[in-house]
Amino acid sequence: MTLDQRRAAELAPSRAVAALRSAAPLAVGLGLALALHLGLDASDLPFHTKVLVDVGINVILAVSLTMVNGFTGQFSVGHAAFMAVGGYTAGALTYYSSLLLWDSGDQHGGFLGAGEWLFVGSCIVGGLVAAAAGYVVGLPSLRLRGDYLAIVTLGFGEIVRVILQQTGNVKFTADEVREAGFLDTATSLGGALGFTGVPTYSSIFWVYAFVAITLLVAHRLKFSTYGRAFLSIREDEIAAEAMGVRTTRYKVLAFVLAAGFAGIAGGMFAHQSGATLNPRELGFQKSFDVVTMVVLGGMGSISGAVAAAAILTILPELLRDLPHVWPAGVLVLALGLAFGGPKRARFALWTVGVTAAIEAIRFGARRLGVNLADYRLIFYALSLILMMILRPQGIFGVREAWEIGPIGRILARRARRAAP
Amino acid sequence: MAMLEVKDLVVRYGAIEALHGVSLSVERGQIVTLIGSNGAGKTTTLRAISGLVRAAAGSITFEGRPIANQPPHRILRQGLVQSPEGRGIFANMTVAENLDLGAFARDDKAGIASDREKSLSLFPRLRERLSQNAGTLSGGEQQMLAMARALLARPKLLLLDEPSLGLAPQVVQTIFQIIREINAAGTTILLVEQNAHMALSISHFGYVLEVGRIAMADKASTLEASDEVRKAYLGVG
Repeated sequence: MTLDQRRAAELAPSRAVAALRSAAPLAVGLGLALALHLGLDASDLPFHTKVLVDVGINVILAVSLTMVNGFTGQFSVGHAAFMAVGGYTAGALTYYSSLLLWDSGDQHGGFLGAGEWLFVGSCIVGGLVAAAAGYVVGLPSLRLRGDYLAIVTLGFGEIVRVILQQTGNVKFTADEVREAGFLDTATSLGGALGFTGVPTYSSIFWVYAFVAITLLVAHRLKFSTYGRAFLSIREDEIAAEAMGVRTTRYKVLAFVLAAGFAGIAGGMFAHQSGATLNPRELGFQKSFDVVTMVVLGGMGSISGAVAAAAILTILPELLRDLPHVWPAGVLVLALGLAFGGPKRARFALWTVGVTAAIEAIRFGARRLGVNLADYRLIFYALSLILMMILRPQGIFGVREAWEIGPIGRILARRARRAAP
Repeated sequence: MAMLEVKDLVVRYGAIEALHGVSLSVERGQIVTLIGSNGAGKTTTLRAISGLVRAAAGSITFEGRPIANQPPHRILRQGLVQSPEGRGIFANMTVAENLDLGAFARDDKAGIASDREKSLSLFPRLRERLSQNAGTLSGGEQQMLAMARALLARPKLLLLDEPSLGLAPQVVQTIFQIIREINAAGTTILLVEQNAHMALSISHFGYVLEVGRIAMADKASTLEASDEVRKAYLGVG
């Protein structure tokens, strides 16, 4: 044994420790999801629960699209189509299985009961079907360099929408389903009216359990050899190829994974309370919402995508009844002045200006008796424009939240000290 | 038998033929340079050799094995490594991550570590900048990074595409000095350059490429002294 080998052997963790280490973050994630679920009584705060579930679903969507648009630098604008494929697959599976198994399309069993496991299984199948669709769409379009993917995903989204609109009426009884047979039932997805009657299973726990899995996979990917290959394709595809990175293979891999997670998010969406699976709901507009989250978060930043998904989901709801913003303004101002970089003066000026403007609008609307909720989409668009002016590279740029700012500086200092 | 043998290489971009039958060979242990003006097909020739563009006709043989139209990662594994034109560094990744990607196709950890050490001692400036984003390096440092990264792929034959591009004369001197050192340490080099004078001064053999054809081939010193080359590429006359 050479000295190097011996040192490597000493440093390598035993297999059990390694297994524990990779399971630990997932356990923590699931624990957090459970705590959130139990801490927030859904019957008490139905609106907050719904928004929180929406945030979770959008986080899965944004983080998975980050794998394609952020990591590998491709441009997909059809993420909602994969969401639709997964959502309809999962929704139909749960609904029709429920009819056949329990003779009712309603919720079955309590927390972690049989119905919930059927729902989880359906979502995973939905994810797998979406991933397969991703492979079919991705393989031909990702062999080429350039913007072909954008065009192909755009077309794919339209194809999915039109096909879903042509499907037959939803069946209501187990007898109907038995009589019709598999193929007929599988194409009875509600057509243009949408798929109604999918039982409600998407609880905070399950949504955030899948959020945890998505985040873990995305993080593992980004900071592995795979991740380096993904990022190198984004940075310079020819150079990546010259270094032996099989660019097509990695692009397809990222695309298939992203489609799979979008499918799972679709499954969660389908089983949400008060949601109808509707071909138009999961169309181009939805795809673009997800792209907006990725761009706003910063191309390739997982934490950025999470932050952007949360902000863009909560913001329109907040704007229904505009609260006072000056406390938030003061907080941002203080943080900016304390930790900001060389442009902190400009940042402070913007913060003060924006806060004052919003407060003025709020005051004016109250005085004139205008209902601001009617105009909330205008404010939503305006705030998007503002954010892009203030941070054109996205909230965290291409890095993660802990790699920049004060935390990043502390970590970098530590790393330098640890290095020989 | 030469290390690299290119015969009658034809490359087409759609309907346009960029190379009309290029033949050249590189002897083991030498520095061979390919000079020519803009658009002559120098980069295309290198890319065809490393598998980045398809060869429409002709043969490419490396150490006796045909490699034409094999995928780039397979060609790379045989020891033929290209440092692409315009440096092609990964700007939003750190210097260390860039170097790691050079060794992407390898899995011998100990070998990678020692090669990394060798590369860093060849380019000491990179060591100071390991945790810095590659995009924040100066042009010369980026070129050094591109070469260090290529060395981490452990080339037997290193293809260098315009290493002097956009660099200050003094930096070019340094880069060419290092190219010599790399060659002296046992790596064969095929160098593409517009800076004909610098390239010929460190090379053993040279080819002059003119609109997709080899116009001249001779010992580098002979080329440097020839009237045609002096007039066309050295600006003396």
